[in-house]
Amino acid sequence: MMAVLQAYAPLLPEIIIVLGAMVLMMQGAFRPENDAETSRIMWLALAVLVAAGVAIVQLGEPARLFGGAFVDDAFARFVKLLVLAGAGGAMVLAFDEMKAQGSFKFELPVLLLLATAGMMVMVSAGDLMALYMGLELQSLALYVVAAIRRDDAKSSEAGLKYFVLGALSSGMLLYGASLLYGFAGTTSFAGIAAAASVAGAGQNLLLVFGLVFLMVGLAFKVSAVPFHMWTPDVYQGAPTPITAFLAAAPKVAAMALLVRLVMTALPGVQPQWQQIIVFLAIASMVVGALGAIGQTNIKRLMAYSSIANMGYALVPLAAGGAEGAQGVLIYMAIYIVMTLGAFGCILSMRREGGLVEDINELAGLAQTNLFLAFALAMFMFSLAGIPPLAGFFAKWFAFLPAVKAGLYWLAVIGVVASVIGAYYYLRIVKIMFFDDAKAPFMATRAKEGAIVALALVLVLGFVLPFVASPLVEAAGTAAASLK
Amino acid sequence: MDLLLTDYLPIAVFIGVALFIGGALMLAPFLVAYRNPDPEKVSAYECGFNAFDDARMKFDVRFYLVAILFIIFDLEVVFLIPWAVSFAEAGEFGFWAMMIFLGILTIGFIYEWKKGALEWD
Amino acid sequence: MALQAVFFYLFSFLTVASAVMVITARNPVHAVLWLILAFFNAAGLFVLLGAEFLAMILVVVYVGAVAVLFLFVVMMLDVDFAELRAGFIKNAPLGAMVGAILLIELVMVVGMRFAGTAQVVRGPAPAPVAGSTISNTEALGAILYREPFVFYLEIAGLILLVAMMGAIVLTLRHKDGVKRQSISAQNARNPATAIEIAKVPAGGYTVPPKAPEKVRS
Repeated sequence: MMAVLQAYAPLLPEIIIVLGAMVLMMQGAFRPENDAETSRIMWLALAVLVAAGVAIVQLGEPARLFGGAFVDDAFARFVKLLVLAGAGGAMVLAFDEMKAQGSFKFELPVLLLLATAGMMVMVSAGDLMALYMGLELQSLALYVVAAIRRDDAKSSEAGLKYFVLGALSSGMLLYGASLLYGFAGTTSFAGIAAAASVAGAGQNLLLVFGLVFLMVGLAFKVSAVPFHMWTPDVYQGAPTPITAFLAAAPKVAAMALLVRLVMTALPGVQPQWQQIIVFLAIASMVVGALGAIGQTNIKRLMAYSSIANMGYALVPLAAGGAEGAQGVLIYMAIYIVMTLGAFGCILSMRREGGLVEDINELAGLAQTNLFLAFALAMFMFSLAGIPPLAGFFAKWFAFLPAVKAGLYWLAVIGVVASVIGAYYYLRIVKIMFFDDAKAPFMATRAKEGAIVALALVLVLGFVLPFVASPLVEAAGTAAASLK
Repeated sequence: MDLLLTDYLPIAVFIGVALFIGGALMLAPFLVAYRNPDPEKVSAYECGFNAFDDARMKFDVRFYLVAILFIIFDLEVVFLIPWAVSFAEAGEFGFWAMMIFLGILTIGFIYEWKKGALEWD
Repeated sequence: MALQAVFFYLFSFLTVASAVMVITARNPVHAVLWLILAFFNAAGLFVLLGAEFLAMILVVVYVGAVAVLFLFVVMMLDVDFAELRAGFIKNAPLGAMVGAILLIELVMVVGMRFAGTAQVVRGPAPAPVAGSTISNTEALGAILYREPFVFYLEIAGLILLVAMMGAIVLTLRHKDGVKRQSISAQNARNPATAIEIAKVPAGGYTVPPKAPEKVRS
């Protein structure tokens, strides 16, 4: 008995989260439903996330379970910690705002926990079936939370759009997976890699079509152009804390899944997938940068910003190799911090009637709330990639592998897109600092303030060696473990 | 494989016969019955006056909830069947695997019950 | 063997024909009924493949439950289908194009298999041996609750749990002021909690006692 349990020890973080979700579900069902009780469940959910994080750090030797379907290596651990951080940060943001909107249900933390469990399965997936199951567990929970304000037409619309396009992308992904299975006769990444490294495999239509459809499905999930059309509507319609959640952890998990898929299952056909990744990267960077220019709603702007960011994160992946994977990981880690910080600021844009989302309402914020204006300006500078903020280093580590791999023009397009993108980030800064002041916002709530301050410290302090080097080193170890 | 399919032949024949008899009985009135329709005869009869509106009305969303909860437990049973059939081979490991699966769904069932999703109003 | 071919073509033809009817039927309820026919014929195809268990599941789950759900949804929506149909002609070329591309890809992929250019490294997954005493269901059970697949089984359980929660979170509403029967509360009543004795002053009137506490809202 003990031996069996010992064998499944690498699953401990997932087990903690799932068990925690179920216990909290029972607590919610048996205790009276009110805001105080929901708050308690939210705190407990955060504790569950922390416990899972501790469990990840404490894990022993890397292991492969279930015939390679569940891979526990340094890469998985690094990304899981990022996912937990992203999920936890977004959960902290969800407390007060969901309460203010009157949709503070105990199902919210439970569903977010289950979505997190799905992401962790995705990150560890070493098999097409595990990939799909994890993705589905994550997506299903997220469709529900996007529509959790069910009496609000916008929120319902967001959930419905997310669901319909997500189902479409799942279908594409399954079609691709079945073609790959037809090619390799197995669903495990190792088996596919063996089959795909045979000479001339790149000319095999089964493999190529399977690869393309899998990529399309995953591109939907990371919202890379041309599969991005759901993003602005869903980001705008979903309750803002949920948008923060959607923008952070699931993107990291899907990106990590993509990295693991192409690097461990399809290394033999790198020229084939490289084309697709390069195309997705260029299209996302350009469309993300241009699409954001005309936006007046800050959530839509963040949607285009996240599309562009996915493009930048795909640049090192196009280069391939351990260094490319390292670039993706560093980019995603910094992306999470910037995104959560920016959403913390967006959640502080409150007047009597609730949140305001129009960018012009930020006018003259520097005169009414200097801290908020400064923090938001820093996040915008960082997203624009201005040194010495974290976003600059993210782009540095993203473009460097591409340059080393000889993809100069890709890096050049990336830099040009960053410059275009800088325009709209700087426009927000200009509005905040140089326009006439409008009515002040309500005071920032403690939880949002804490997240903003934490993100601000990380963004500003990234240049310090004791912040940057552990991250770069950990990402390097994680990327090297990807085999 | 052929052996398996010959097992199903009686069902195929049975369905064929059923279709033939059913079809014949439906077809026969068209061929032999006396028909002399007029507008009053073929109009819908509703307590002596004309139909107010479409017979189709909006269903309550609760029907949907009941149906989806039913599907979930239907699937649970689907997973139980191969387990029951291969219980001897699955052994202790298989037993506990199923217990965990059932445990997860029982949690959901308790939640459902406490939320009152199984009550009509 | 010939009989098998006859049934294959019968089932395939009916599946495709009823699938076409699903999307062309004017009445959405009829479309669902055609869908049920398509499910039945797909089940027939599964039987021809030797996948009895899947065939029966298709009938039990898809015909028995999913199709009923579809009917409920179609009835619930009350969409003006004539209006929806107006967009059909407009979008038809685009839809036809996407369908054609998928079809061409499928033909190319399958065609390569027949042309012998596809190198399949390993053969397809083993099917139960013909003539052996192990039934389809048993063979499925023998792998589903063992090492690699048990992982997917538990995740499937979690996905069902999320589906359950999602349906309840998004659709469950309780009407206010509905009086439910609570048998335990009824049984627990005793004279002390059920009877209130009011002293009626002679020639006067009394204020009726307060309503008993709500058993459950």
